[in-house]
Amino acid sequence: MSTLLQQIVNGICLGSVYALIAIGYTMVYGIIKLINFAHCDIYMVGAFLGYFAATVLGLGFIPSLIFSMVSCAVLGMLIERIAYKPLRNSPNVTLLITTMGMELILQNFVKADFVAGPNTRNFPEVIPLISYKIGAITISNLQIIALAITIILCVALQYLVNKTRTGRAMRATSYDRDAAALMGININRVISLTFALGSALAATAGVLVGMLYPRLEPAMGVMPGLKSFVAAVLGGIGIIPGAMFGGLAMGLIETLSKVYISSGLSDAIAFSILIIILIVKPTGLFGKKNNVKV
Amino acid sequence: MKMINKISKNENSTSLSLVKTTYTRYMITTVVLALIYVFLMFLVNQGIIGDYILRIMKQIGIFLIAALGLNLILGFTGQFTMGHAAFMSIGAYGSAIMTKNFNMPFPIALLVGIILAGILAALIGYPILRLKGDYLAICTLGFGEIVKVVIQNVDYVGGARGISGIPGSTSFLIVLIGVALCYAILKNLIHSSKGRAIMSIREDEIAAEAMGINSTKYKMIAFIIGSSMAGLAGGLYAHFNSFIDPASFAFSKSIELITYVVLGGMGSLSGTVIGTSILIYLPECLRGLSEVFKTYRILIYAVMLVLMMIFRPQGILGTREITVDNIIKFFKKFGKNSTKNIVQDEKAGE
Repeated sequence: MSTLLQQIVNGICLGSVYALIAIGYTMVYGIIKLINFAHCDIYMVGAFLGYFAATVLGLGFIPSLIFSMVSCAVLGMLIERIAYKPLRNSPNVTLLITTMGMELILQNFVKADFVAGPNTRNFPEVIPLISYKIGAITISNLQIIALAITIILCVALQYLVNKTRTGRAMRATSYDRDAAALMGININRVISLTFALGSALAATAGVLVGMLYPRLEPAMGVMPGLKSFVAAVLGGIGIIPGAMFGGLAMGLIETLSKVYISSGLSDAIAFSILIIILIVKPTGLFGKKNNVKV
Repeated sequence: MKMINKISKNENSTSLSLVKTTYTRYMITTVVLALIYVFLMFLVNQGIIGDYILRIMKQIGIFLIAALGLNLILGFTGQFTMGHAAFMSIGAYGSAIMTKNFNMPFPIALLVGIILAGILAALIGYPILRLKGDYLAICTLGFGEIVKVVIQNVDYVGGARGISGIPGSTSFLIVLIGVALCYAILKNLIHSSKGRAIMSIREDEIAAEAMGINSTKYKMIAFIIGSSMAGLAGGLYAHFNSFIDPASFAFSKSIELITYVVLGGMGSLSGTVIGTSILIYLPECLRGLSEVFKTYRILIYAVMLVLMMIFRPQGILGTREITVDNIIKFFKKFGKNSTKNIVQDEKAGE
């Protein structure tokens, strides 16, 4: 029983990280119907920027987090402007391949000798680890901080999307891009903003993961990226609360299947869930059915 | 009666001549390929082509087979699949186990690999090919990862350590025959009525269904044939490299194959030949030239891929093909144009 509770706590922490990444996937898909494969590498770049800020610049935890978020937001906007914007009206396959190309560029750029090199690095201990025991469960202060930051950001994002003028513009753009443009919404700005928000959240996830599991390497984004993508699909891609729910579900599924089924096969289980969901209900748990018109 | 006789005679003669021409065409192609092979082997024997170049040529051939299969799915049927390397791994593991653990002859092992990949494609293709666009891409991606993880966890096939010590029986001749066969199969398929049906799905699936084309059936045909070719390529690769592990057929390998197809042009067989040859040969030939290229090879690849998608998304050839007929036509047209220009120039001079 105590292991189960402990694993649920761990799963929620991991899931909150997945949720942060999944939100970026889902927001971009909602606005321009694009699976941004480069997103998982923005997460990786975010982790490295946090590392850079904490070691080279010697900043504390919160300043490093903000530094990483802001730089990644700019990076995400730049990538969209340079690589995706010229292709906005071309077939889907072309755009998908471009995002894969961007993924490879980011990964191998960080891997290059003059940037970070291919070796793994250890994230510095920005906040000393304190473990609390509540009954049979152990929670570290880092886990609490990660969870708190995730919740604050999710609530802020929900407020931004649902209650503000900018959020209304974003929702209008995702509903019908052309009609929104006709109503006087600056589409390019909305899309840039979406990429910036998504990238900032991914950077947060990167720094939090660096803090929780202090190992950084250029390929660290691939597996969490794929899994949070599965999370986004699980909740219904394009729906922000769906991504949050999907992230938590994925985190729980992963930790529980590692403990109770098999540690090696937990990835296979995650992807089997993806395939089953896609076959049974392709729009995800929270999605609405969309009919194709001829 | 006479008329009918005449007509039937005519029909007979035309169909006969058609058979004769395609037959002679096959003969000519085979003879030309055989001559090229003999010539290359002569060069190898003379020491003009070293083992290193021969190895690269084999590698090009092997990945070309997989890329041709992918082009059938991606370029001709328009179904975006990102798990092609998984079928390569099935073919590779299937045939490697056959030769290593069961001492089967090499061709039978290859056949086992092809059949395994085909069966798996049929099993997985039936449920997932109903999905469209992005969803299909995600699903095939997930499938590729599942295959990798499952192989990593099965001890019988070596787990994450892979299989080593596979007999290196892939000769250049076998690779050449494999490429020629796959090319011929695809070319004939595409120019048949089934091929037209497959391409109509790419253009507009709903319209194709309205015309009475069973889109699921033709998607399945394309998927199974393409994946079996990946299985053949995997079998050849296993016996070429003598070592395979799950990581060598990861997601990045699928992306690499997609790059080959996209560079050459989706929907062009000769384009795939060009794309694969360039992308495999270029890094090898530049390796000697500079250290910079060697270290930043994948980075340069990726930049090239993105630039290409922005400036020439249809690839080098688009959907055009390079055939003997086309080359002759091109030169004839070229000649005509130049004479026309001369005539025009003369007129302008007057």
